[in-house]
Amino acid sequence: MQFFLNITLGGIASGMIVSAVALGLVLIFRATNIVNFAQGAMAMITTYIAYAILHQGANYWEALLAALAVGLLFGATTQYVLIRPIQNKSPLNAIIITFGFLIFLEGIAGAIWGSTTRVYPAPFSESGQKIGGTQIAFSPFDVYIVVAVLTLMAVMLVLFRATNLGLRMRAVAFAPEAARLLGVRVKPLLTLGWALAASAGVLAALLVVPTSSLTPNFMDVILVYGFTAAVVGGLDSPVGALVGGLITGLSLAWVGGYLGGSLEPMGALALVIISLMIRPEGIFARPPARRV
Amino acid sequence: MAVLDIEDLSVSYGAVNALTDVTFSAQEGEVTAVLGANGAGKTTLLRTITGLVHPRKGTIRYDGEQLEKMSVERIVRHGVSHVPEGRAVIDEMTIDENLRLGALWRFARNERSAVIEEIYELFPPLELRRRQHANTLSGGERQMLSIGRALVARPKVLLLDEPSLGLAPIVTARLMAVLRDLTVASKLIVVLVEQNARSALSIAQRAVVINLGRVVVCDDADAVAGDSDLRHHYLGY
Repeated sequence: MQFFLNITLGGIASGMIVSAVALGLVLIFRATNIVNFAQGAMAMITTYIAYAILHQGANYWEALLAALAVGLLFGATTQYVLIRPIQNKSPLNAIIITFGFLIFLEGIAGAIWGSTTRVYPAPFSESGQKIGGTQIAFSPFDVYIVVAVLTLMAVMLVLFRATNLGLRMRAVAFAPEAARLLGVRVKPLLTLGWALAASAGVLAALLVVPTSSLTPNFMDVILVYGFTAAVVGGLDSPVGALVGGLITGLSLAWVGGYLGGSLEPMGALALVIISLMIRPEGIFARPPARRV
Repeated sequence: MAVLDIEDLSVSYGAVNALTDVTFSAQEGEVTAVLGANGAGKTTLLRTITGLVHPRKGTIRYDGEQLEKMSVERIVRHGVSHVPEGRAVIDEMTIDENLRLGALWRFARNERSAVIEEIYELFPPLELRRRQHANTLSGGERQMLSIGRALVARPKVLLLDEPSLGLAPIVTARLMAVLRDLTVASKLIVVLVEQNARSALSIAQRAVVINLGRVVVCDDADAVAGDSDLRHHYLGY
């Protein structure tokens, strides 16, 4: 029972990280119908920058804020330079561009920083706590992960639900042509969407890196899990990203705990297949458009 | 007096000519009906005026500007509102949010609720459901919302694409009456694209009949309605 509890708690923490990755994918997909395969690699580059900032003497929080800002800028620049020219072309173009960008960024990172593993510090203790004599595998760092991702989700929720900027962004996501006809300037909003998505990815990377290690491809697996979560929750639903992330995190923790850690990637694949068979549009996907 | 002037407008989709040398003008305070069968080019005409489609040649002049050189967003800000076919309300948003979106660029924060209230006065059924998502509305209510959303920015030119499509005759009649009154009261230039020629002609002062992308007739609405040959041949009644 205690083993189950411990792996479940671990699954919640890793599920939250996966949720943040999925949120980044969803933000871009629902606004532009593009799956950004480079999201993990963009976050990886930003993490290296944060690492460099840390080693200039900044503390964890300063590096975190700087990384989120760099992420915003990186996302916006990527959209402006790479995606805007192909926005209205075949979706295959976007797939090839973002996939190529992933390979390019990992190559660049390898060339600059090599494949040496670097250790990125955690702001809180990563060891489990004793509660009433029982060792619980939920560290202060895990609490921080949950709080950080929930804060990100809350900020996004307020932005989209309670501000006029969010109203415009939702309009562009749901009905770009109708939005233009109402005087909404679509292009800058798409750039902003990429910026927000990239910073969500950066947050996920900074939450995952203390427990893995900083290498050019440390985000590859987590991006696959994020993609799994987005498919499970529905590629165009931010709530789906959160729930899908938790489902994915928990499923993988259970698979890893009971069947062995090497089966986790297989578990993700199985989850995608099951999800596509039962509910291909995802749990929280918007209802199919009604034609009257 | 303000005029929307369309001259020698030609639009093609690849090798297919959708509009050829279309010329007509629409006056302030008048409804100009654009009539014709399916595929005549009516929707293309509205999409070209509003900048969604770029013409191969020709000009669209309004209020000292050449619209065909402007982006959609600038055309909208120049006072042109387009209600697209199929009642393009945003289902995922509430009625209130749909209307607010239309008012955002035009009015400051403190003026918005007043202009939105005006729309609710014009279409009372919407007010009862202001916090509901637009996908809960009936066909007629959706049409009210999409017209209301276009009007909330107080446009000077209103382009309507098939507003009667799929509506019960009584709802269409009510909608047309609201449009007629509004056109006169707000000195709007209304371009009304319709397949339902009879109801469009009932409120229009001018009528343009388009067939296969060319203007066949451009005349007073009464004259078009009174010409039984023309009606029979192009308008199907």
